[in-house]
Amino acid sequence: MAWLDTIIQGILLGGLYALFAAGLSLVFGIMRLVNLAHGDLIVLAAFLILVLASALGLNPFIAALVAMPVMFAIGWALQFYLLNRTLGADILPPLLVTFGLSVVIQNGLLEGFSADSRRISIGGLESASVALGPINVGVMPLLTLASAIAVIIGLNQLFYRTSLGRAFRATSDDPVTAGLMGIQPKRIFATATGIAMVVVTIAALYLGTRSNFDPTIGPARLIYAFEAVIIGGLGSLWGTLAGGIVIGIAQTFGAAINPEWQILAGHLAFLLVLLVRPRGLFPRSVD
Amino acid sequence: MTDVSTTRWKVETRTKASATFAIVAALVILIAFAAPLFASRSVLQDLFFILTMLVLAQNWNLLAGYAGLVSVGQQAFVGFGAYAMFALVILGGLDPLIAILFAGIASALLAIPTAFFLFRLQGAYFAIGSWVIAEVVRLTLAQWKMLGGGTGTSLPREATRDMPALKFVGELFGVKSSGAGDILTYWLALILAIATIGLAYRLLRSKQGLGLAAVRDNQEAARSVGVDARRMKTLVYLAAAFGTGLAGALIYVQKARISPDAAFSVVDWTAYVIFIVVIGGIGTIEGPIVGVIVFYILQSLLADYGSWYLLILGLIGIVIMLFAPRGLWGLFAERTGIQLFPVRRRLTGGPLTSSKKGGPHG
Repeated sequence: MAWLDTIIQGILLGGLYALFAAGLSLVFGIMRLVNLAHGDLIVLAAFLILVLASALGLNPFIAALVAMPVMFAIGWALQFYLLNRTLGADILPPLLVTFGLSVVIQNGLLEGFSADSRRISIGGLESASVALGPINVGVMPLLTLASAIAVIIGLNQLFYRTSLGRAFRATSDDPVTAGLMGIQPKRIFATATGIAMVVVTIAALYLGTRSNFDPTIGPARLIYAFEAVIIGGLGSLWGTLAGGIVIGIAQTFGAAINPEWQILAGHLAFLLVLLVRPRGLFPRSVD
Repeated sequence: MTDVSTTRWKVETRTKASATFAIVAALVILIAFAAPLFASRSVLQDLFFILTMLVLAQNWNLLAGYAGLVSVGQQAFVGFGAYAMFALVILGGLDPLIAILFAGIASALLAIPTAFFLFRLQGAYFAIGSWVIAEVVRLTLAQWKMLGGGTGTSLPREATRDMPALKFVGELFGVKSSGAGDILTYWLALILAIATIGLAYRLLRSKQGLGLAAVRDNQEAARSVGVDARRMKTLVYLAAAFGTGLAGALIYVQKARISPDAAFSVVDWTAYVIFIVVIGGIGTIEGPIVGVIVFYILQSLLADYGSWYLLILGLIGIVIMLFAPRGLWGLFAERTGIQLFPVRRRLTGGPLTSSKKGGPHG
């Protein structure tokens, strides 16, 4: 039964990676921007939740709710005032500006919070588990996966059922024509990054409650998120969830053989998919 | 129509400034080679740091500035070159100096399979993909217990002390082996830096360099006139891996102590290098030279402020990228028109006073 347990743990871990990846996928899908600071923004949000929870004595879930509009505003402003200036045919400016941003956020957090490991405490929920048949599953990992599915359903609804989603899709297809129809692409981009930061806040809540974090772990989260997006296939949010689960299962199996191989196994799974299915498991767009 | 046949048109890249600069550069190189005669050990160590960072920066500039391959995973080749050198010295009993050369070749060989994976990814995905590759190489080498696993290892003292070249330098200057080591590594860094700049400049002035610039500016147009974009990019990627691997091995001959986290540090070998190139001016040979000088000055001024230093460096990088994407050298060249390493082809000669536009040469 050990292998079944490993698979279940891997699927649940995949939920966390899908949450990391959803925001990245959203921003890329709409404005073809890959934000190299994505991982550091997740860590920033985790520190924000930590500060809100400890300073105001809030339950971390409530603190995350409070953090969401703050992160939305940060994302909106970041896109509107900084990243919009970098968009264009040349891929260098967005890459180098977001890389610089990653270094700035990381070192800003180091300066503000030191390199100490932190954790957002949620009391008894941390160790709570439920029996799923013969397997015991943690409540928090289960909640993470449920949140990932909820986020993906929510984003898909937003994309295909609302006028904002229509504006997103139109701007993604052709910003100039969308502009002629009264859409302001720069504002649409800013709103999209804002929404991505709300998703980042949800990811940060689970990152911070399930394991220790410190200011330097952002880039590794970016890499997991990126791998999930590529494995799933660009432009498909459900594919991203599948990609996250592939990474999660590979990591738990790697760890089951030798704890030192956990991360390596995830990367190797990614390279294997790249080898046999270069466009991912569920490709939708042609980028 | 009479004198058209007697005047000759010539395609030139040389400018007046570049000719003067060539003389100044030759003098600077001579002084630099003589530096161990009058410079102290700490100065030589600082110069070693500047020169090796310059080599890494020129290699990254070739990748990102000319081939359009924005890699954030060049630490893969720094670390792999360093580890290859350690393996050859510790396990193979090779002289460290010879091991450096083989380490460069090993890095270029590693670049063949990684290119196979990475070239399936475009643009920004290439960037993060290169980072994944670097992580895979780091995590794999951290499993190599004979080279210290995750904690790392040191070069055996006898291997570094008994180098024939070291004894020669020691006798030449009458210094002990540690001082001779600094002189030797400094000279090697100097040769490597000159060779890197020389080869990069040659490449950019050649037919291949023209093809590369064409691919960077418009890939479809370049391919339509017969430039094999993929082949050019692969060649640049392999060459940059070779140069970066050499630099990595040389840096770790000087450090004499290695660990996976240090040898594959994204901050030391990629973030600094990117900021050097961006601040100096991406897509020019002069840029990384200016950048590394600015970088060294900033580091001397801000080294005591810890993470503030990187934070400020990041902010400067962002501001430069937004408001002066051609960097400090780009600003200077734009105002003065001076190019020290001109690669632009200009048409000179012919009838200067010609008013017959649309004539046979129009």
